[in-house]
Parts: sequence; C-alpha cells; structure tokens
Amino acid sequence: MEPVVEVRGLVNRFDGQVVHDQLDMQVQEDEVFGIVGGSGAGKSVLLRTILGLQRPVAGTVRIRGRDITNLSEPELRPIKARYGVAFQEGALYTGLTVLQNVQLPMIEHLALAPDALAGLALLKIRLVGLPADAAGKYPAQLSGGMVKRAAVARALALDPQLLFLDEPTSGLDPVSAAAFDDLVLYLQQHLKLTIVMITHDLDSIFRTCNRVGVIVDKRMESDTLERIVEHPNPWIQAYFHGERARARLGGERGA
Amino acid sequence: MSATAPPREAVEVRRSAEGLELELTGAWSAREVAAIEAALAAVDVAAAPRVRIATQGITELDLSGAWALRGFVRRARRAGAEVGFRGAPPDQLRLVDATLADEPAGSAAAATAAAPGEPGDRALVAIGRYVVRSGHAMEAGLAFLGRVCATFGASLAHPQRLRPISIARHVYDTGITAMPIVALIAFLISVIIAYMSAQQLRGLGADIYVVDLVTIGVLRELGVLLTSIIVAGRSGSAFAAELGSMKLNEEVDALTATGADPIELLVVPRVLGLTIALPLLTIIADLIGLAGGALLCRYLLEMPLSQYVNRVSESISATTFWVGIIKAPVFALLIATAGCYRGMQVRGSARELGHLVTVAVVQAIFLVIMADALFAVLFMQMKI
Repeated sequence: MEPVVEVRGLVNRFDGQVVHDQLDMQVQEDEVFGIVGGSGAGKSVLLRTILGLQRPVAGTVRIRGRDITNLSEPELRPIKARYGVAFQEGALYTGLTVLQNVQLPMIEHLALAPDALAGLALLKIRLVGLPADAAGKYPAQLSGGMVKRAAVARALALDPQLLFLDEPTSGLDPVSAAAFDDLVLYLQQHLKLTIVMITHDLDSIFRTCNRVGVIVDKRMESDTLERIVEHPNPWIQAYFHGERARARLGGERGA
Repeated sequence: MSATAPPREAVEVRRSAEGLELELTGAWSAREVAAIEAALAAVDVAAAPRVRIATQGITELDLSGAWALRGFVRRARRAGAEVGFRGAPPDQLRLVDATLADEPAGSAAAATAAAPGEPGDRALVAIGRYVVRSGHAMEAGLAFLGRVCATFGASLAHPQRLRPISIARHVYDTGITAMPIVALIAFLISVIIAYMSAQQLRGLGADIYVVDLVTIGVLRELGVLLTSIIVAGRSGSAFAAELGSMKLNEEVDALTATGADPIELLVVPRVLGLTIALPLLTIIADLIGLAGGALLCRYLLEMPLSQYVNRVSESISATTFWVGIIKAPVFALLIATAGCYRGMQVRGSARELGHLVTVAVVQAIFLVIMADALFAVLFMQMKI
C-alpha cells in the first residue's frame, strides 16, 4: 500500500550545521506514528519540511504519492486542505474566538452558508470534547488543555484524513494529558485518521502510537513500538529504558 | 483533484405512494458540503409520511457530510416523517449524533448572537460606559505617570538603579537613529516657510522678514513640535509594541516574579532615554532648519550669508531658543509615558497589541499638541 507520508533522503542544513542527513520516514494509512528525538534533534524542522513550510536542501517529501518539495504555493493549497495541523502552543489566532478560529479554514476553502459554518464549527468543537460555551471564548480565556483541544478542532475543520500533532501533551498535567491521549485514540478510531505526532511523552507513545520513528544521528530509525524499544542504539536504549521509562514498559498500547 | 471534478448529484429522489426514497451518491465530504446542503434543501419533505435513505452509493462520507445528513434527518422528523435507512445508518452519522447529543436548541446561534436590548437603551448604556471608562482611563494614566515619577525619584537615591546602559541604549534607539529623518523634515519645513513667506513678503518689499519668520518659527515652535510628532510616531509606537509583546510573552510577569520592578527596569529607562534624546534632536532640528533657511535665502532671495546671519541675530531674543527647547523634555515625558502605559496595558491578544500601539501614537501626538497650546498661552502670559 502506498504510504500516506513518505520522506526519502531528506537533508536539512542551516548555516553549515547539518540537521538531517539522508533521513527516511514512512507513515502508513490508519496508523498513529510517533516522532521522537532529543531536544534539537530536528523534530520540528522535520515537521516543517513535511508541511511545506520549509524547503529541504535535498530529498523528497511525498504526501499521498505527490512530491511537495518543488510545488509552488498555489499548487500546495489543495494538498494543505487535506491535512490538519495542531501546533505545539496551539497557535490559535488570539484575536478570534474559538468558533471563529475553527471557521477560518472553512471560510478559506469551502463556500458555506453562515448556518452551516456555525453548525460545522460547533460540531468540531464538541468532537474534541470542548463544551459548547467555549466556542464564544477567546484563546486567552482558555486553559492550556482547552487550547490544545481547540487547536485540534481547528485542524479538523476540513475533515482531513491526515493529522499532524506537535507535542500535543507537553505542558499538560498528567490527567489532562491522559485525556488528550484518549481523544487522539477516539479520533483515530472513529474518523480513521492517520496521525503523525511529535512527542516526548512516554505515556503518550505507549498509549497511542503504533509505530515510532526516533531521530538519532540525523537519521530516523523507525519500527513498531514493540520492536523499537529493543533497538540497540544507545540513545534509543536510554530513552526507552531510562529511569522514567522503566515503569512504562509493562504497559501496552490502549490498555 | 475533487476541486476540479464536475459537480455530481449528491441526492437522487424517488417519490412513491409510501413516501420518499433518497439515494445518496458521490463524495459527501467537507469540500462538497455547500453543494450537498443545496441539494438537501431542495428536497421537499412536507406530506411525506416515510423517508427511506440509502447511503450505499456514497463514495466518501466524512463528518461534514454526516452533519449535513443529520440536519436533513432532523428536518424530516420535525415535518412529521418517519425516517429510516436502508441498511444500517453510517457510522459517521452515529458519531455526529453522539457528539451533538446533548446540544441545547440553537446553541450554535447562541454562541454567536449578541445580547438583546432596546436600541435606545443600548445607546445610552454605551455612552454611559464610555464616559465612566474614559474617567477611569484618565485616572489610571495619571496613576501610571505618578508611579513612573515615584520610581524615578526613589532610584535617584541609588544611582546604580537608574540603569545607565539601558538609558544609553534608548538614547541611541530613539535619538541617534532618528537624526536623519528629523534633519530632513526640519530642512523641508524651513524651506516651506521661507518659500511661502518670500512669495508674500516680496510684493511688500519686505524680503528681509523671511529670515525672522524662519528663525522664530523654527526655533520657537516648529522645530520642537515636528520633532516630537516624528518621535511619537517612531518611538511611542516602538515603546508600546516592545512592552506589549513582552507582556504577551509573560516577560513582564517573569520580571515581577523575580522581584524586579518592571516600571524601574523597563519604563523609567525609556522615559529618561527619550527625555535626553528629544532635546538633542530638537537642537539638531533647529540647526538644520536655520541652515535650510540660509540656503533658501541665498538662492531664492539672493541674500548674502553675512546678511542672513546678522538678521538672525537681530531677530532672536535671548529666550527664543530656550522657549522652544524647554518644551522638548515635557513632550518627551508625555510621549514615553503614553507609549509605555499603553504597552503595559496589553494582555491576551495580538489584536489588542495593534490596537494599543495605535492608541499610544494617537494619544502621544494629541498630548504633545495640547501641551504645546498650553505652553503658548503660558508664554504669552509671561510675555516671553
């Protein structure tokens, strides 16, 4: 089956500093793919490259078989309408209410009547577990967990089949983070989404991810969760078998 | 690409004695929702006792499509029809139903609707609110100025708390870098005055008074006023934007949390820096203005430079220069306070930052011109 996202031979360099060197990555249909890596390993750069926010020095990025690295902005537009992104800090538009935030992609891409616009936006807001009265609030009035949920609601505005989440549980308390993991699983199962998730959160990885890609030495080692924890690379060993991880290894995904 | 595909019929309707038979086809996705909504709206459910929906022909059904279908099902049920599906209802529809299950009636409208009320009352309430708010704003602005002065006074006792390096930076940012534009504007203004007055005075044979007009106009009023207006636009906005984004970024809270006083650390150096820079800029504006006058008199009126210099020294009194320059620190205080005050008021959103930066500049310019008017009255009373 054709991968949903396929990165081949990716090279990223900034001012002579190599971030990625021949990095490969594949995300299959209907899976939750976790991207893991140390601080500064280039997780966010990878995401920005996949999203077309940044052009790589070399290599290809295919989304559903289409190479996006050499597309112009107008050519990228229909591709961008088919995936959703929730940024790390939410990146909600601070001057708009939650409802308006969710409506903005719809206004940009769909020609909808005001009633449909309001109804669909409210559906997405309720879908991510926000109460209806959050719709009229501004981002500054929301808690951290609610901001993350609102960001997901906005990412789902156009009913994408592919969802990118950048550190969705960072900055959340364990209870909210666990609730967010439940949301990710709920969305993945009910909407048949393919989810690519950057995360540091071991709980999140063990609970939600099918496969994990670890960025080590400017490349990516990816495998199923069960097998990646046995990978011999010292950083991966330290990551999955460190003090903080040991308690988790008994647990299983979705348990 | 579905965007370029020809529009497909989303709904096929068959009418029978029992009621309606709906055959749904094509992609029921977010991109098609507008067309689907239109197709569903065209289905007349009145007087149909039963509605059967077949969803097997749908190639792609997402939540937006399911939401549109749900809207239709509810409409048909409200019209009294018995709605059923051929086969099982699609999963997506069940998900939408589950999500919106406890939806109170019209909550989508409620989320966007404004508060009701009598139009006349609303206007009165709005005016009242505006007046009260303006009163509070003036009070708060004065309180802020008071706090700045008190903090400055307190730090005079401990000179190291005046932050000379920070002040120097602000003198550079607001003064040195503003020199080219201030000089250019001062030159152009003196050219305008000289040119206009020369046109008028030549007819009377009173060319020589062009010099008086340029000298007194630039030194007493225009040099300092125009410099202040430029600085209000440049630095008043910069102060508000800098402090405002620091507020948004919680940097101001971080300072307060470490026990530092943001007024002492951020506001006082800016106010002092501008209070030093603006008089210096005014001196430059005065000099360039006089030079511009000299240039124009030389080439427009063919007046020798020596005669221009003589006339300048005759026309100005001991106070002419000082009357202008004394206003500069006052204007600087007003501009810096307005900018910093508005910047510190920012909280929450990028839009508020933009709004308050605008307010800061408008108020700074207004305050400068109002203070200039007060100075004019004051100096007249003092017969300077």
